[in-house]
Amino acid sequence: MASLAARRATDRAVKAISTGFAVFALFLLGWILWTLLSRGLPALGLNVFTQVTKPPGQGGGLLNAIVGSLIQIGIAMAIGGPIGIFCGTFLAENGKGTKVGAAARFVNDILLSAPSILVGLFIYTLLVVPLGGFSGWAGSIALAILVIPVIVRTTEDMLNLVPVGLREAAFALGAPQWKVVMFITWRAARAGIVTGVLLAIARAAGETAPLLFTSLGNNAMSTDLSKPMASLPIAIYQFAGSPFDDWVSLAWAGALLITVGVLVLNVASRLFLARSH
Amino acid sequence: MDATVDGMRSGSAEPISKAKGTGRIADPIFVTLLWASGIFVLILLGLIIAELFKGGLPALQHFGLDFIWSSAWNPVTENFGALVMIYGTLFSAIIAVIVALPLSFGIAFFLTEIAPQPLKRPVGVAVQLLAAVPSIIYGMWGFFVVVPLIAAYVQPPLIDLFGDLPVIGALFAGPPLGSGMLTAGLILAVMILPFITAMFVETLESVPPMLKESAYGIGATTYEVYKNVSVPYGKTAMVGAIMLGLGRALGETMAVTFVIGNATRLSASLFAPGATIASTIANEFPEAPIGSLKLTSLLQLGFILFVISFIVLALSRALVRSRLD
Repeated sequence: MASLAARRATDRAVKAISTGFAVFALFLLGWILWTLLSRGLPALGLNVFTQVTKPPGQGGGLLNAIVGSLIQIGIAMAIGGPIGIFCGTFLAENGKGTKVGAAARFVNDILLSAPSILVGLFIYTLLVVPLGGFSGWAGSIALAILVIPVIVRTTEDMLNLVPVGLREAAFALGAPQWKVVMFITWRAARAGIVTGVLLAIARAAGETAPLLFTSLGNNAMSTDLSKPMASLPIAIYQFAGSPFDDWVSLAWAGALLITVGVLVLNVASRLFLARSH
Repeated sequence: MDATVDGMRSGSAEPISKAKGTGRIADPIFVTLLWASGIFVLILLGLIIAELFKGGLPALQHFGLDFIWSSAWNPVTENFGALVMIYGTLFSAIIAVIVALPLSFGIAFFLTEIAPQPLKRPVGVAVQLLAAVPSIIYGMWGFFVVVPLIAAYVQPPLIDLFGDLPVIGALFAGPPLGSGMLTAGLILAVMILPFITAMFVETLESVPPMLKESAYGIGATTYEVYKNVSVPYGKTAMVGAIMLGLGRALGETMAVTFVIGNATRLSASLFAPGATIASTIANEFPEAPIGSLKLTSLLQLGFILFVISFIVLALSRALVRSRLD
């Protein structure tokens, strides 16, 4: 065995390297944020929020993309939210210890990490081709499929933290299961469930690949869900890859908007959860 | 005796039957909804598999199983194969894991053993925020910031250093374009780093303090306890964490599409532009009309990606959960 001095030196060296790695990770986050701020902030004028996309060289903004994103995320959450919360509740309550529950938990874990682009392809063959075109509906449903596993996972985890005694006390008073779940368990785990919903919104806001094959994008203002619909990530993709400088800077403005939104949602959900515990 | 029991029953009968009154109608509906949503998730995965398989079937029928081994990708002659993309997917994901692994080990060590208590949470959250940054943002950052840096400062010295060596030289062949396999792997490494680190930390924190204290008691240093007690204890779950990182890297689309160079040629070089399954689907989809052989080939690629991801993710889950159950 090496001498004590040598072992201590190794220990110090590994500690220094590990601390360096942690600093490096913080540096990467800072670097990405700095890139977004330095390139996105100068391009972030009022026009971004008030004007729709225009041909290159004519200014324009991202209004149609912002509105499209909000609509599609809203519908995705309206569909995926209840399904996710119910499925998470099933896994924590009725499905516990059953084969169906174990299988659903396994499948949900797979869906949580499965490539999101495949969800886009799936909705493309399931809805876009048979219905004859890209649509806001298809984009919303693709996003709904992506938010479900996030909500299921957090809901189940949070319900598992609720003491069994709380449920038993309610059952002992003669409450039916729907009342126990809705007024006791959900209420006790409220902060955690809301956290899951916020994280799901953050995920839906940044997803690009699944929208390529579903809502496609739209350079005009459209709130018609049966037509192709613009979205912020798709607009960024389209503009960032274009050769026009004003489009590229608009892409940076959009990138800054999305990232700030997503990071704020993430930090807020964590603070929310920490405060309620 | 009977009368008392009856009396007690009827005395308490009212609130119970009232409660049952709401439960009798609402409960079956509620429980059915719970089961239905659980079964819905199962059906969802089945539908995804079925749709991708069905969509890609014409390509499989046209090319046979050779589709998997063919390195062709020629839209003009309509000759398609998956080999280049499968290779690119695995190559870039493995680079990502190799780069992210030491970083994750270090950061997890920092977060569990070194960081002073008030720093733990903020640093841990900041690392997790790297996972929240959307894929497309990594793509733009990679394309506009990282690619030029790599082309200017990383590739030329590496080519000078290793380019002429007999076997390793092949890894560093080609012009310093900036984009390519290595850059894609590096960006992917940053993206999977938070996932691996978080699961490492979770595993390491579950090591019984008694085990660690016994090692400290016989004079081990912090690093020795980490290396010889904590990591071996959580080994299985940590391998599962690495597999999860790999699974995530395999399917990343937007970030890779921006930086990999999108060339459908086979090359052993780290610097050569390539393509992954996901980047090919994203790139070629707009030029693949409904009913074309190209579109079904893309769907078949999607099915192959699904199979690869499924195997890796299922393995990861089995390893991570094996310790918990």
